[in-house]
Amino acid sequence: MNFLRNSLAITYKDLRSEIRGKDTINASLSFSLVILLLFSFAFDPDSDEVREISGGLLWLVFAFASSLILSRSFARELINDCLDALISSPISPAELFFGKAIANFVLLLVVELVCLPVFGIFYNVQWARQFPVLLLVVMLGTWGMTVIGTLFSAMTVNLRLREIMLPTLVYPFIIPVLLGAVQLSKVLIGGEPVGADNQVWFRLLVAFDVVFTLLAVAFADTVLVG
Amino acid sequence: MRTKLIVGLCVLACLTLAWNIRTIFLHVPDEANQGAIFRILYFHVPSAMTSFTGFFVAMGFSLMYLVKKDLRYDSIAASITEVSLAFATITLVTGSIWGRIIWGVWWAWDARLTSYFICILIYSGYLMLRRAVDEPNQRARFSTVLSVLGCVDITIVWKSIEWFRTQHPGPVLSVRNGGGMAPGMEAPVYINLIPLLMLSLALILIRMRQEDLRHEVDSLRRYAHSF
Repeated sequence: MNFLRNSLAITYKDLRSEIRGKDTINASLSFSLVILLLFSFAFDPDSDEVREISGGLLWLVFAFASSLILSRSFARELINDCLDALISSPISPAELFFGKAIANFVLLLVVELVCLPVFGIFYNVQWARQFPVLLLVVMLGTWGMTVIGTLFSAMTVNLRLREIMLPTLVYPFIIPVLLGAVQLSKVLIGGEPVGADNQVWFRLLVAFDVVFTLLAVAFADTVLVG
Repeated sequence: MRTKLIVGLCVLACLTLAWNIRTIFLHVPDEANQGAIFRILYFHVPSAMTSFTGFFVAMGFSLMYLVKKDLRYDSIAASITEVSLAFATITLVTGSIWGRIIWGVWWAWDARLTSYFICILIYSGYLMLRRAVDEPNQRARFSTVLSVLGCVDITIVWKSIEWFRTQHPGPVLSVRNGGGMAPGMEAPVYINLIPLLMLSLALILIRMRQEDLRHEVDSLRRYAHSF
């Protein structure tokens, strides 16, 4: 219980800091909109093919948006040695990591929930026909991306090549979660329910989230303190 | 002593490989459907086994570093990972050549191929991260984390053929469920594994010697800077 309370204190701190500055979320939202615009030049936005590739398009936007949020997650603590203060504060590295992961999850989810209707308007796609299940898929996929991304954000925060290293490390790891989320989103945006054929992707998402959350929490101490 | 071991391993590996190549090309018949190209399997599968073994052994040494805090274990883990990555690349290249002949394309986005490619990207990231971190203990800790997470991905690779059943051929070796080859055709796969493992061990020993020399140069540099 203490674990969750301490983690949520970090989440609250990060979110309050973000609400005051709005730097990361503004940059991430603008970047997502730019990518949505650029996609319209890559193919015919009015064609029926859009529905077929909608899952992939959306998750590419989410993945690019996540890299901006994740790279700022620990980097913002470097100013005035705040990271050292957080590590030496009476909370464990696992709590610090978990709190930051939840904050990143919330920020990324907000960006995604703004992008979804914009995507629907730009590409004439009725995306909300299976909204509750789609929201569940978005949440599962987003948690998978943020839990891996937050761990690597902590790992690369002090590196010279931080901006290059973070996406290089994160993207190969999140491919399984992207694969599952893309398959399910494509079906759900098409207005169909998740059939028995696609249950394996749900299981993959849940298994990925559980396994990598446990591993990331277990290694938080190794990454942040040593 | 180490030089003698490296030379001995290389000589033994070459002799075994030469004898096995003779068996593969002169005694094993062509496969009924695929013809002569199926022989690439004798290098593709042992290379995959060598790389898988290497990645898991490297994870073991990385975890031993975490327990003992001895940088030597980290050097061993990094050497094994580098050599395993080379064998993983051989697996992907030989698989691609086989695919060009049988499927008519160099690459298919099949679950197993894609997962293997992801695996190579992950371990390339591992090596890049090692180069980017200067402090040896921090480098070793980060390497351990990446090694363990990478091995989870390898498990997905290993099981994906059963989970997804896509374009990649089903299990071939009789040790796996659903697999089965004529005994005379299957034995060279395992015999080829022996020289490849010996070769990888020799390469790991060479790489470890380079790591030792690098540590020595670093120590001398620190000593020189202290004046």
